[in-house]
Amino acid sequence: MRLQFILGEIGGGLRRNLSMVVSVILVTFVSLTFVGAAGMLQLQINQMKGYWYDKVQVAIFLCGEGSTAAGCASGPVTAEQQDNLRTLLESPAVAQYVNDFQFESKDDAYKHFKEQFSNSPIVDSVTPDQLPASFRINMKDPEKYQIISETFSSQPGVETVIDQRQVLERLFSVMNGASLVAVIIAGVMTVCAILLIATTIRLSAFSRRRETGIMRLVGASKTVIQLPFILEGVIAAVIGAALASGTLWAVAHFFLGEYLSKQYPDTAFISPAQTLLLAPALVGLGVVLAGTSSLLTLRRYLRV
Amino acid sequence: MIRFENVTKVYDQKARPALDSVSLEIDRGEFAFLVGASGSGKSTFLRLVLKEDRATSGTVHVAGQNVANISSWRVPRLRRGIGVVFQDFRLLPQKNVFANVAFAMQVIGKSRSVIRDTVPEVLKTVGLEGKEKRMPHELSGGEQQRVAIARAVVNRPGILLADEPTGNLDPTTSMGIMGVLDKINQNGTTVVMATHDDDIVNEMRKRVVELKNGKVIRDEARALYTSMMPVVGQSRRLKDASGRDETADSGGQAAREQAAREQAGEGRL
Ligand SMILES: Nc1ncnc2c1ncn2[C@@H]1O[C@H](COP(=O)(O)OP(=O)(O)OP(=O)(O)O)[C@@H](O)[C@H]1O
Ligand SMILES: [Mg+2]
Repeated sequence: MRLQFILGEIGGGLRRNLSMVVSVILVTFVSLTFVGAAGMLQLQINQMKGYWYDKVQVAIFLCGEGSTAAGCASGPVTAEQQDNLRTLLESPAVAQYVNDFQFESKDDAYKHFKEQFSNSPIVDSVTPDQLPASFRINMKDPEKYQIISETFSSQPGVETVIDQRQVLERLFSVMNGASLVAVIIAGVMTVCAILLIATTIRLSAFSRRRETGIMRLVGASKTVIQLPFILEGVIAAVIGAALASGTLWAVAHFFLGEYLSKQYPDTAFISPAQTLLLAPALVGLGVVLAGTSSLLTLRRYLRV
Repeated sequence: MIRFENVTKVYDQKARPALDSVSLEIDRGEFAFLVGASGSGKSTFLRLVLKEDRATSGTVHVAGQNVANISSWRVPRLRRGIGVVFQDFRLLPQKNVFANVAFAMQVIGKSRSVIRDTVPEVLKTVGLEGKEKRMPHELSGGEQQRVAIARAVVNRPGILLADEPTGNLDPTTSMGIMGVLDKINQNGTTVVMATHDDDIVNEMRKRVVELKNGKVIRDEARALYTSMMPVVGQSRRLKDASGRDETADSGGQAAREQAAREQAGEGRL
């Protein structure tokens, strides 16, 4: 009975304050979309880092079947060349710059590739043979990349030496900048959302002061009196969060999945399903936002 | 049922207390009128019973409990034991008669079947059978007040507080309302009614507690609106009670203040 009563009160409140409720929905929607966008950028950065990014700085790719680089004129890397490279890496001249290194075989490379590109159709058309084996080097000082590059580039069996970090780091700093902007916008919009929720609840409490006054007099509990107001704000915020989650999913599905991933087939993008992991966080954030701001408002404007 | 011990209530440090060391006991099942000029503290007395405000000093006991010791989350339980009726009825305009009365049961979680059984019974007690479906604006003032009384007593409170319930009604209608209150009192409910209506008080011949400037200046059983004591004795008592001579104008001042407060604090009950 009481639950039914509270639900009825909420329904009535939402209807009576429809325009305010719609604005609460829209403001939380926009603010949470920006929060989610920041989250998505971070997910995307992680996705692009792949298996090796946080572990090593420099990769020495070895010649494969179809390598066209000058050093690969004699065909794919041989076992002997590979051993020589390993010896060279362990020699004191090089080892002083190296923390440690790992060998990634074609099969390992395929495995890691499959993980990183699990969202992309490209994964089906790639075989282990197409991927080069490599030495992955963790440098004592990443700035000393040049020394490794000079020592190994001309070695037989080496296709190329690259400093992975340098390639990605510039991109990441752009993306981190974008995340920061998104977070700032989200912050401003969140303040708007909190103020708007507070105003809505205040209006709602004012327009129902007769009811709440009577409820108080006949001994309704604080919960019964306050819950409809709080839930009114929370429901609006949850709808806003759901819209934000839907928007993020749509961006991942249509923009990343259908458009960008075709433009940049060699980049790993996050999947729409991954963005849905953000949804519970957004909904939770919306609930906390609306709940606390309406509780604080009620404490001032609704005597119980 | 209600016991005040040296209760003083000060709203404003600069003004005189709204209630000044009031000691009073109202027994279970009693019917008592609270009379006195505007600003004499009648509504304040009722608000203290409801724990709408806390006494500045002294203790208020309601149904055997010191209300100062009731924690805020248990105040609703105190209020379930007390029905309240006001001069301005305070019905919900979008709800019909049945729904207005049922509202008081819904918000404390009574089941639908209990509500279906109880509400018509109470409406019959207040003389409104057959008017369940009417909206408040389709009722006369007297009928609206009956709805308000029905709502106040539907949860069977032990105490009914009425703050000038006949203030907006003509004498005949007022007597009808008094009949309802008397009936509720006969059923065992303690009734405390603040009023300015001398005809009613004289007609009913119940206990009369008279307040002046926050002090009890008279407490008589089966009494009239104005004291039957000799004029000389009364004026001496008044002087003693208030401690100073009140001019007629200061009473008017209090009334104006009261009106201003009522306008400002619309949401306040
Ligand atoms: N909330 C308040 N804040 C400040 N002063 C108040 C408040 N309520 C009442 N007072 C003052 O307390 C005194 C008693 O007021 P109260 O409302 O109890 O009088 P009353 O006897 O009910 O008058 P009336 O017959 O006009 O209803 C008055 O002087 C009034 O101005
Ligand atoms: Mg009053």
